[in-house]
Amino acid sequence: MSYATTIDHVHNADHPTGWRRWVLSTNHKDIGTMYIIFGAFGALFGSTLSLLIRLQLAHPHGTLLSGGEFQIYNIVITAHGLLMIFFFVMPVLIGGFGNWFVPLMIGAPDMAFPRLNNISFWLLIPSLVLLTLSIVVGSGAGTGWTFYPPLSSIGHPDAAVDFMLVSLHLAGASSILGAINFITTIFNMRAPGMTMHKAPLFVWGILVTAFLLLLAVPVLAGAITMLLTDRGFGTSFFEPAGGGDPLLFQHLFWFFGHPEVYIMILPAFGVISQVISTFARKPVFGYLGMAYAMVSIGVIGFVVWAHHMFTVGMDVNANAYFTAATLIIAVPTGIKIFSWIATMWGGSLTFETPMLYAIGFIILFVIGGVTGVTLANGGVDISLHDTYFVVAHFHYVLSMGALFGIFAGFYYWFPKMTGKMIPEWMGNIHFWITFVGVNLIFFPMHFLGLAGMPRRIPDYPDAYSGWNYIASLGALLTFAGAIYFALIVYYGFKWGKKAPSNPWGPGATTLEWTLPSPPPFHTFETQPHVS
Amino acid sequence: MRGLQTIDSFLQDFSGLLCAHNACPRESEELPVPRLKAGAKDCKDPKGPKQSRKRLHLFLTLIFSFVPYLAHADHPKPWQMYYQDPVTPVMDHLYDFHTLLLCIEGTIVLIVGALLIYVIIRFRASKNAAPSKVAHNTLLEVIWTAIPVLILVFIAFPSFKLLYMMDVTPKADLTIKAIGNQWYWTYEYPDHNIRFDSNIVPEDQLKSGQFRLLEVDNRVIVPTHTNIRIITTSSDVLHSWAVPAFGVKRDSVPGRLNETWFHVKKEGVYYGQCSELCGVKHGFMPIVVEAVTKAQFEQWLVSKKNPAQTPSGG
Ligand code: HEM
Ligand SMILES: [Cu+2]
Ligand SMILES: [Cu+2]
Repeated sequence: MSYATTIDHVHNADHPTGWRRWVLSTNHKDIGTMYIIFGAFGALFGSTLSLLIRLQLAHPHGTLLSGGEFQIYNIVITAHGLLMIFFFVMPVLIGGFGNWFVPLMIGAPDMAFPRLNNISFWLLIPSLVLLTLSIVVGSGAGTGWTFYPPLSSIGHPDAAVDFMLVSLHLAGASSILGAINFITTIFNMRAPGMTMHKAPLFVWGILVTAFLLLLAVPVLAGAITMLLTDRGFGTSFFEPAGGGDPLLFQHLFWFFGHPEVYIMILPAFGVISQVISTFARKPVFGYLGMAYAMVSIGVIGFVVWAHHMFTVGMDVNANAYFTAATLIIAVPTGIKIFSWIATMWGGSLTFETPMLYAIGFIILFVIGGVTGVTLANGGVDISLHDTYFVVAHFHYVLSMGALFGIFAGFYYWFPKMTGKMIPEWMGNIHFWITFVGVNLIFFPMHFLGLAGMPRRIPDYPDAYSGWNYIASLGALLTFAGAIYFALIVYYGFKWGKKAPSNPWGPGATTLEWTLPSPPPFHTFETQPHVS
Repeated sequence: MRGLQTIDSFLQDFSGLLCAHNACPRESEELPVPRLKAGAKDCKDPKGPKQSRKRLHLFLTLIFSFVPYLAHADHPKPWQMYYQDPVTPVMDHLYDFHTLLLCIEGTIVLIVGALLIYVIIRFRASKNAAPSKVAHNTLLEVIWTAIPVLILVFIAFPSFKLLYMMDVTPKADLTIKAIGNQWYWTYEYPDHNIRFDSNIVPEDQLKSGQFRLLEVDNRVIVPTHTNIRIITTSSDVLHSWAVPAFGVKRDSVPGRLNETWFHVKKEGVYYGQCSELCGVKHGFMPIVVEAVTKAQFEQWLVSKKNPAQTPSGG
């Protein structure tokens, strides 16, 4: 029926209204918007859980999450990790910004497979429902986001973990379909004249991310399936009593898991490149080096996974190999950092909110990167693995890296997406609150980790209370910043001044700034030509 | 030093964290002991890394001089910012190497920070209205690829040395098996037919000076100056046997026997915690190793075989 309708109204029925516009959407901008709203919801959910964690840990003897002998605590940390990764960072950066701006930046009318795009998004809804169920069903899934067996098999007999695993299956399917869509779009739908070597770096970031997803997520799917059959059908892939091996799971998980961490950061790299070039009013320095640094990070990212497993008792030569391979990743990462600074060098810098976030990103990502280099050394990692030092490391690259990338992108593209401006001073205040807040939370965690505090514990020896208290204060501040952010966005929608097609001046050279703000429902119906 | 110790003990009294009778060997009590090198043979090395570690210690103590706890810790101290006091040759090396890394990485962060600040000040729009158009500089790009490579090569050598040193268990004089259970440890001394469980001491049974969440009813007793092989495994889910002051952390995996080793140089009590999420009481299965002299250890073995005269802590 809808097919016939489409034929009938070939000139104007392609702008559906009401619920059809969203539920049946095949429009990359609408789908991008839905991803961003969905991601905002995931962020709210996930950060509320993180606040609970920090309240539990604010003082020794915490009892807030002590239900079920602290099973509640374990559920909360598990759900926090999964929500932030699969329901906040990935939907916003890839589904949200990717959908909105990849077609616009390459001058394509839409994604290559608009209906696939629709199903990619809608798969996430049941996925989130299942994850939520895994929190409340039975005694809940308290396995950590890495859900290592046997804790996730014999250690969690009721259905909660099954819900969690099926949830990840759906999220994974969504990601794979999205990845296929992005790869096809980027390879085939660039406007005439836009060679790959002219594509904006954000497009490169999404392209490399899509390849990582396409190659890594199926491995996760395999591991999840094996775990599900271990749990429900009496196989024993990971069950030593039946000849299986718990470490096999860890290898499979991290073969996915390490690329996954780059999946979360490469799109942010892309955003930061666009923002810095815009506000430095200069083209990106060393464009080709930047693009191929991302490609090599993607490639090397597949051969370093066991740096998460230095304590499991692998052969020493394997540990040495994974040390070396992991150290090598720091080289392309360094190239990116120096190229960003070189882009700013000689520029004509202004410090609008997106630029503040981009500069904050650089310095904080460097801190997270160097602690990564520390952890890369198999010998040193023995002392730091599964301590708060690791928590500090990955939050510097995620809670400051990926999150700052998201905020930079949000403030940068908000005028384009909504046609409204957010007053600069409001965004500036938000930046400073967030910057101070996250550093207060995560910097002391380095000290806790060095002093030996294990991660994932609901209460700690009293000696660790000082830094934990500081971290919890930081969490309160950050959370206040998040509420303030929601108010800013509301203000922007309601009272924001009308945005011109290019609010950022001559530095904003990518194609989306040639369109009105907000862009019409369909864009580039006739192909633009890029010189 | 005396001043530091005064503040030290004041703050400990203040926070109700009195040291256990034998828990805080001071730097001055340190005995000159043979060090173990990567080749795993005993050899005397009176200055070398030990001295440099002291110097780094001093350096860090100066940097963080408001934190009087850096010099000697075998359990965590309030506001501690760095490692616990190393008491094995492996942890000595690990400590030194980490400090080296910290210096290199700190320098990198400072350089990037300084460059950013310079760029922000020098090239703000009000100072530099006309942006340059330079977008390439091959030489520069080669340099910032090559220098990190050199730094990493420089890091890799001591890194591998440490890794292999940890891996090769020197001829062990004592073997202990640590079996993780939900949620306590079982220890076996296979050569001596000893086996016991080690459970956390609940808060209401702590004696004064004992650490909440760190104390166990039955400690692992080991002799100092002895190569000890530790074998970890598990009876249920994953756990991880870790003692920070030893530089030891080894996952205990059901169906596997993992091996690592340590050689304690100082008598004392050393605390660790399970370091792999293992369920609801993961935070409540600590590890306590008490290192005693060889003679005391022999006594303990005898008492263990003849339980009538068990001394405390055994
Ligand atoms: C210079 C680049 C990096 C290096 C050398 C590096 C190295 C490492 C190593 C060795 C670990 C394992 C630590 C342990 O568990 O003992 C680790 C953990 C982790 N890293 Fe990185 N990392 C780098 C960048 C990143 C980036 C860019 C991200 C994400 C945006 C990231 C996210 C994580 C996460 C999430 C974990 C912890 C996973 C877990 O155990 O739950 N890292 N990193
Ligand atoms: Cu990794
Ligand atoms: Cu545990």
